Amino acid sequence: MHSLDDTDRRLLRQLQADPTLSTADLADRAGITAPTCWRRLEKLERAGVIEGMEAAIDWRALGYAVEVSLRVTLDKTERAAFDDFLAAAREVPEVNEIQTFLGRVDVRLNVLARDMAHYQEIYRSRILTLPHIADIEALMLVATVQNREALPL
Amino acid sequence: MTDLDETDRQILRALARDARASAGKLGRQLGLSQPATWRRIRRLEEAGILAGRRLRLNHAALGFGVTVFLGVKLATKGRVSLEDFERAVTAIPEVQVVQHVLGLYDYRLRVVARDLPDFERVLRRRIMALPGVGEVEANVLLSEERLSGPLG
Repeated sequence: MHSLDDTDRRLLRQLQADPTLSTADLADRAGITAPTCWRRLEKLERAGVIEGMEAAIDWRALGYAVEVSLRVTLDKTERAAFDDFLAAAREVPEVNEIQTFLGRVDVRLNVLARDMAHYQEIYRSRILTLPHIADIEALMLVATVQNREALPL
Repeated sequence: MTDLDETDRQILRALARDARASAGKLGRQLGLSQPATWRRIRRLEEAGILAGRRLRLNHAALGFGVTVFLGVKLATKGRVSLEDFERAVTAIPEVQVVQHVLGLYDYRLRVVARDLPDFERVLRRRIMALPGVGEVEANVLLSEERLSGPLG
């Protein structure tokens, strides 16, 4: 575990809150000078604490109005169930997230579709044909109330 | 705006990996001039397709070893109870994502914690104390892959 001091924490908190901040503005908000800020960011990146910065894509604005969380239970009597299923799921172009779990659900797939007809087509031809599915449940997204992948530092 | 061409999709894929890539650098990779790349990025921003940035932090390096996905069913429904629930759940610092969904559960949450005892504290003291909360199902995240999805 990387040891952070209060300044690092302040810096990461501010950067999490607004990742578009310039180094100068960030330094200002964290109450340090711009060169210090730059050096600390550099250090946090070298230590692997900051892994990167990614653009957030609004799928609805791109024409994908339907987003469904599919919760899959696999047939675990089949030894290669996880590997086979995951390899096949990666090939479905409308799947943009794959998570595996310890719990009642084995795998979650996040599926994007343009509309309900498109979703039904993906579900029937690409999802139900995936190997070793024992059970599958769908949660359809109504609204994202909060999406803040920030840590409580 | 859904009339994206392959170059737009390449720009989106590249920025989804590294939002800090400059228009100049992206342009060189795609064989476009810096101003042409910049104009395309602006257009994607104006269309709301590029919607801000996300800082990716190494959770384990910062002492957050556990991520749990929760399905929450409300015991009582109605507009007021949804608002109360949403207000209270978004005030919990460990809760990252809150989605209102249709199906077996009413909400799905993404929660981070330092370790399992810390998660138990969040679950008991915060989640189970939310107004209107009913059945809760927890699944502990083992692995996660983000794919470029329909961008190809």
